[in-house]
Amino acid sequence: MTMIKRGLAALAVGALGTALAMPAFAEPVKFDFWFGLSGDLARVVDTMCKNFNESQKDYEVVCTSQGNYDATLQNTIAAFRAGKQPTIVQVYDVGTATMMLSGAYKPADKLMEENGYKIDYADYFPGIARYYATSKGEMLSFPFNSSTALMYWNKDAFAKIGKTEAPKTWEDVGADLKAMKDAGYECPMAINISANESWQLMEQFSAIHNQPIATKNNGYDGLDARLEVNKTKFVQYVTDLKKWYDAGLIKIKSKDLGQDMVQAFASGTCQMILTSVGDHGTVGRTQKEGMKWDVAELPVYAGTARKNSLVGGASLWVLSGKSDAEYKGAAAFLNFIHDPKTALFWSTNTGYIPVTKSGFDYMKADGFYDKAPYKGREVAIASLTASEPTEITRGVRLGNFTQIRAEFGTQMQAIFANKVSVQEGLDTLVKNGDAILDRFQQTYPGKTLP
Amino acid sequence: MEKRVTFSRSTIGILFAVPQLLLIFTFFYWPAGQAVYWSLTLQQPWGGGNIWVGLDNFRSILANADYWNSITASLVFAGISTGLAMFIALVLAALTDRQLAGSRLYRVVLIWPYGIAAPALAMAFRFILAPEAGFMAVVNQVWPGFWDPGLDGADAMASIIVAFSWKYVGYNFIFFLAAFQAIPRSLIEAAAMDGSGVIRRFRDIQFPLITPTIFFLLVINITESFQDSFGIVDIMTAGGPANATNLMVYKIYSDGFKGLDYSGAAAQSIILMLLIIVLTIFQFRFIERRVHYR
Repeated sequence: MTMIKRGLAALAVGALGTALAMPAFAEPVKFDFWFGLSGDLARVVDTMCKNFNESQKDYEVVCTSQGNYDATLQNTIAAFRAGKQPTIVQVYDVGTATMMLSGAYKPADKLMEENGYKIDYADYFPGIARYYATSKGEMLSFPFNSSTALMYWNKDAFAKIGKTEAPKTWEDVGADLKAMKDAGYECPMAINISANESWQLMEQFSAIHNQPIATKNNGYDGLDARLEVNKTKFVQYVTDLKKWYDAGLIKIKSKDLGQDMVQAFASGTCQMILTSVGDHGTVGRTQKEGMKWDVAELPVYAGTARKNSLVGGASLWVLSGKSDAEYKGAAAFLNFIHDPKTALFWSTNTGYIPVTKSGFDYMKADGFYDKAPYKGREVAIASLTASEPTEITRGVRLGNFTQIRAEFGTQMQAIFANKVSVQEGLDTLVKNGDAILDRFQQTYPGKTLP
Repeated sequence: MEKRVTFSRSTIGILFAVPQLLLIFTFFYWPAGQAVYWSLTLQQPWGGGNIWVGLDNFRSILANADYWNSITASLVFAGISTGLAMFIALVLAALTDRQLAGSRLYRVVLIWPYGIAAPALAMAFRFILAPEAGFMAVVNQVWPGFWDPGLDGADAMASIIVAFSWKYVGYNFIFFLAAFQAIPRSLIEAAAMDGSGVIRRFRDIQFPLITPTIFFLLVINITESFQDSFGIVDIMTAGGPANATNLMVYKIYSDGFKGLDYSGAAAQSIILMLLIIVLTIFQFRFIERRVHYR
């Protein structure tokens, strides 16, 4: 009995002590940040969170990796339905339309304004900002990890066929592929069609050539947008890829078959690939000893006025239903990420590019792009800013786009396995894709994209 | 005038059953009911609202050629993998039961595959069957282009069937072996003394006596092949190439969780449930007749 009494007394004293100490050591306000990166990248995010927590005393961000982008969105939706959502969540590029209609977010620009932060939105590279902004230009989320597609080319192999520069047009690519094959290269170029390669093959290609993917300015102007890739320059592109594949100039490389295309390029097996600038670091770290390689902008068909390529990656959304204190913390965190110094830290440790001009300038001034492992990544910025974004090259704003990407993979597989012709395959892609868009539109009756 | 406090039989029975009923209700009927409700509405993924659409979800699914392709793929997968898993397990169990040298070791080892989680197992088979790097690379050296699960649907289907069967051989083996060992030795010995050989004894004595086990495993294997195939498909083929391995359960996952089409996925899972129920009824109605319970 006395023990209990004594215990209770101690507790009371303890509680009193805590209460008295409150003003001096205020507990920092905790808020959650869920993200979809894993492995090395997750560790970089964790470090960034730690840096934020150490940079001030009022807030503490708790960063949790959900494994991948799909799982992050799924888990966030489940958590939101149960009222246990994180304050900030990282949502991938193609989830933007879904987020905009969710009614589950607090607009980023409003959040920053309410909490007294001045963000210069004109500082964002237009190609990046427009992808995530509404059709009126308001920023509902903050661009975070960003990349774009580049062509990686093996300088040694090109030297063998007497070239010192990467091909600029697809016509040149065709000739170079053939020359390399004749010079004895088994795999002049590697592609994959089974995962999310819709990104570099369809989306980036269409943007650079200023070709629409869907009506209504790629969906920016309404939920009744429908695909139209079966009647653009994209048809010719797929036809050429298929022709080169049949001639043995292009090989399909994927993890399921043994080696993915990045590994195939880094090991010197294949001489060209089209992939994200985010793989720049991986290629550098895993390349065959002494192999000389570089990156270049994606080629265009001869006579095309090149437009900006699209940003890939994810943005940070602030969800609704949180307390003011948590929003204050979220705003401070977003402001921290926006800082050019964080941009430098982020880009140094990942392959991602800075999202603001000031971040890019800061990194340039720091000499980042002159040093060996990072040299070449500025090509990504050049590609993203090749032109002022047009109505079509702002981005792709289509509902359930993940499913459309999957459908792209399915139809490309059918085309490459000779089950259907190129035109038939793309017609089916449009037909099935439109059914997905139809369904999305029906799910949100009477709603419009902001 | 003796007064006894008693419970009626039914009350006490129900009382005892309540915990179990609650569990079944919470984890089966309630979610199933929810799925039925979702399948009749269009759900906004973020919970912003829904609209009643009646049977529209079912209509659009059943009008979709991809869905029928998915049903066909599931039936092919169920048929072949069940047949393979049961046949191999039966042979292995029969041999183990004959006390061949080392059968004690087999008895333990053959059970292991069932203990491996489907994704881990699928990962292993992905390496083994990779056309460029794995065991099949050797075959491809001899006949170039023979094995290409990346583009050839039949090859991809074969890989997931092999992986699934490999796992269920272990499961079936345990049951078959137990069934064989439950057969009185005297029966077999008597037959042997009458001069019947191994095959004959198997056909006339052992096989008829284990039909209840065969029937049980048939039902379980077919049901599991519709449900447990998910991890294997996800890791090995992701439903490709060109939907060749897009089994019903995988399509539910990708439409529901990747595509955020909760209503369509709910409707598909109702159809899958009905299909499994029909298949099971069919088996009890027509195959069980040939089963001899002792």
